[in-house]
Amino acid sequence: MAKAVMNPLTPSEHMSSHAPNGEPMAHHAAKFIKPNDRLTSFERLEIYNRQYWWRLMSSLAEDFPGLQAVLGNRRFEALCKAYLVAHPSRSFTLRNLGRDLEPWLRKNPQWASSKQAIALDMVRLEWADIEAFDGAAFEPLQSANVAKSAGSNLRLTLQPYVQLLKFHYPVDSLVLEIKKFNNDTEFLSNAFRERRKRKRVSAVAKLKPKTIFLAVHRVDYSVYFRRMTAEEYGLLVAIRKGKTLGQAIDATFSKHSKTFAADLEQVTAWFQNWSNLGWFCAPPQQSAKIQKSEKTQKSAKRRTAKK
Amino acid sequence: MVAFILRTNTNLAFQSEKSVPANRFNGFTEYGIGIGLRSPHYQHILTRKPVVDWFEIISENFMIDGGRPMHILDQILDQYRVVQHGVSMYFGSADRIDREHLKRLKGLVQRSKTPWLSDHLCWGSVDGRYTHDLLPMPYTFEAAAKTAQKIRDVRDYLEVPIAVENVSSYAEFHVSEMTEWEFLNEVVERADCGILLDVNNIYVSSQNHSFNAFDYVNSVPPERVAQIHIAGHSKYEKYILDTHDHPVIDPVWKLYDRAIQRVGHTATLLEWDDSIPTFREVHNEALKANRFLAKSVLARAV
Repeated sequence: MAKAVMNPLTPSEHMSSHAPNGEPMAHHAAKFIKPNDRLTSFERLEIYNRQYWWRLMSSLAEDFPGLQAVLGNRRFEALCKAYLVAHPSRSFTLRNLGRDLEPWLRKNPQWASSKQAIALDMVRLEWADIEAFDGAAFEPLQSANVAKSAGSNLRLTLQPYVQLLKFHYPVDSLVLEIKKFNNDTEFLSNAFRERRKRKRVSAVAKLKPKTIFLAVHRVDYSVYFRRMTAEEYGLLVAIRKGKTLGQAIDATFSKHSKTFAADLEQVTAWFQNWSNLGWFCAPPQQSAKIQKSEKTQKSAKRRTAKK
Repeated sequence: MVAFILRTNTNLAFQSEKSVPANRFNGFTEYGIGIGLRSPHYQHILTRKPVVDWFEIISENFMIDGGRPMHILDQILDQYRVVQHGVSMYFGSADRIDREHLKRLKGLVQRSKTPWLSDHLCWGSVDGRYTHDLLPMPYTFEAAAKTAQKIRDVRDYLEVPIAVENVSSYAEFHVSEMTEWEFLNEVVERADCGILLDVNNIYVSSQNHSFNAFDYVNSVPPERVAQIHIAGHSKYEKYILDTHDHPVIDPVWKLYDRAIQRVGHTATLLEWDDSIPTFREVHNEALKANRFLAKSVLARAV
């Protein structure tokens, strides 16, 4: 039954006339499902088949509205169907449904054809958005502590929820436009929605290639996109890889502009800024201990506060 | 006390009543009427702090590492009682239980201090591939035995009472050896677990499969009912779909009435998951259950 339920729908959104094993679906369904006085076995199975596809497709559309805007509805749907056939959900939660979309699309460029580069950028950004939204956060290091212990051998740990990305297109602005559109349109008339939608489609068409570096992070539980210079990005990526501060600075500035290497003041300002945003934390093991002790205090408080 | 109950239309009036059938399947609690915690209501709940006896959370929405959902949950836990309801344990699937799933679920159980935990009597995954649907079981003795064993294993790991919910269904299998309610009873007896009795699901399935819904309600062992679900659904030409996007209809309230007559005053929850109206509308719909709960209290008082 599971194979039949997960079998793709026809273009008119009906159950396929043949089962995955080639057998006519009507015969296949009748083998295990009873008909009733209103529905055949085929029709009863079709209810589940449709629910499966509608549920999963709408989940992907919710998670990847930017990709949908880039490809248009028809191509987006075709891509999602192909992806779900290749990668049925292997997680108990729909939250993880799109986690293999980027590597799959990289291997299957025909689904985005001429828009492959921008589509890949968009998928990476939208997946990073999900990871940043509910990723783990550990006790942030105080700015003063970072400054105090700053030395070339210092190893810093970045918060797991901070996502660092390099793009070939400025897809962040498009995603922000879509988020704004989705937040606003609940209260708009259909005509105005359509005008806004056309504007968005034209924004996609006009998007010119431009290399950008982005941190997708969160402040007060809301996700933000923060553009960075190539040097900032390089430094943070090196830190995430476990390099010492000295190694990270060397690795970054040997590749980039020498003027930055000399600009110690600028580098200090970046670190100050990142510390203020809470991007650095104690290594997870230490942080877990801190969180555990905080949780114990909290639940003690909760027990006393409960009605 | 009885007069006070009759004058008052909030579930709080019943909190001190001892007629609530606290049992080992709901952690010997005496919960009244609750509603599902849904994101469109977060702001209202956190800013207005409405009086609600308890909230039911979908476990999977909070089995994550951090961020806003966990922050909201902690604030809710500071002020309200919460019960966990899952949608993906799939007690009826032949797959082995996903250890990562169990580990995360246990973490949430410890955080929420849920007095009991519910999930569905259904299957939904094969060979590690998830349908994310609540698929109906073949009602066989073999399936009952395997499902019961899985429920026991999960309960032993989570160390919390478990109640299984009857699902709504659109298909029946040739191989079934018994009715759905006989299968439910077989599973809960073998697993020695509780029942989350969803009277809307009973109604939906009774219409789709042409059985008498009261036969189902009348056959459920009352001492095992930990909680009751009520909800709305959508009627199509040839079948009914369990959509949780409408108010509860009268025939479902009648089933609820019958269930309460048999089971007594039981923790009751309204599910509203799509086209979600304002918090006040959802809560008022849930509080309609008081009409029937009041009768049960009266009957016991006389």
